[in-house]
Amino acid sequence: MKSMLCISRHSPYGNALGREALEAVLAAAAFEQNIALLLMDDGVWQLQDQQQPLAGQQKSIARNLSALEMFGVDTVYAHQGSAQRRGLNSQALCIDSVQWLNDQQVRQLMATHDHLLSF
Amino acid sequence: MSTLHTVNKSPFSHQTLASCLTLCASGDSILLLEDGTYGALTGAPTTALLNDAIKRGVSVYAIKDDLAARGLHSQLIQQITATTYQGFVRLSCQHKNTQSWY
Amino acid sequence: MKFTLVILGAPYGASASQSALAFAQAALADGHRIHRLFFYADGVHNATRLAAPPQDEHDLPASWSELIKQHQLDAVVCIAAALRRGLLDATEAKRYQKDSDNIAHGFELSGLGQLIEASAVSDRVITFGP
Repeated sequence: MKSMLCISRHSPYGNALGREALEAVLAAAAFEQNIALLLMDDGVWQLQDQQQPLAGQQKSIARNLSALEMFGVDTVYAHQGSAQRRGLNSQALCIDSVQWLNDQQVRQLMATHDHLLSF
Repeated sequence: MSTLHTVNKSPFSHQTLASCLTLCASGDSILLLEDGTYGALTGAPTTALLNDAIKRGVSVYAIKDDLAARGLHSQLIQQITATTYQGFVRLSCQHKNTQSWY
Repeated sequence: MKFTLVILGAPYGASASQSALAFAQAALADGHRIHRLFFYADGVHNATRLAAPPQDEHDLPASWSELIKQHQLDAVVCIAAALRRGLLDATEAKRYQKDSDNIAHGFELSGLGQLIEASAVSDRVITFGP
């Protein structure tokens, strides 16, 4: 089976790419594919705690992230450097199962997956 | 297992190329296309990072047609190889996978 | 090599579609196979039948239609992304009681499963983003 890594680099709400990346991950998981998610650059903002999008206008990306576990995606990878640069508080995230990776670990992750789905 | 990185954003307005340069590995290639070709200028803010990456064993390419469209004919980083879409296809075959930075 | 191309940018407003087309043409010229073109996010706009650019400008949606026809390519448009953005085929137009449909011939509306299946069987998956 081909291994897929979805790399999500955009912040939520400003455009649809963050949501559309998650939908692709959920689809892959539903089809029982080997898929992992890496949040990087502005993508780490998807982990921000207490997101309160306007009801009826925007769907919460945090909710989609919490659904991953139900679909068998147990770990969400996130790039440490991106979070530090943005002052993201790693103690207060919208989901529990985040694995923080340093630069070298991100390189490893990219190198060891067959396909990179770039969002 | 190496990766081909494509970058389509100008380093004068986006952090995209800088992020890519920080995270690419020795043996990887970077292809500048569309507005990413502004990153081929010697005066780009990412030049030092780019030269470091080249020293580390990263090969850098730029799409010829995109450079030409933008009038970028001089003051280009010497070690960057101008290439075509045929070259892009071949690079994507040579590397195990492709990460698109946009 | 067997390629899947994922196109996320709309024609005209971003360069993604133009780049993807050039890549597709080069890959086919080099004797590679394109397993699927998957149009997602704003890329769904490439499937419009109604683009009417000036005579002296490149008609990108038409170029895609031509390439798809010439090489019998499998061009899938993500249905969820398309519906949100107002790209409908006759079936969906009827379902949602819209007065018209606008998907060009050769493009098929389908689910994200098609992206996943394509990735599972392709040697290379290349994304073209806006």
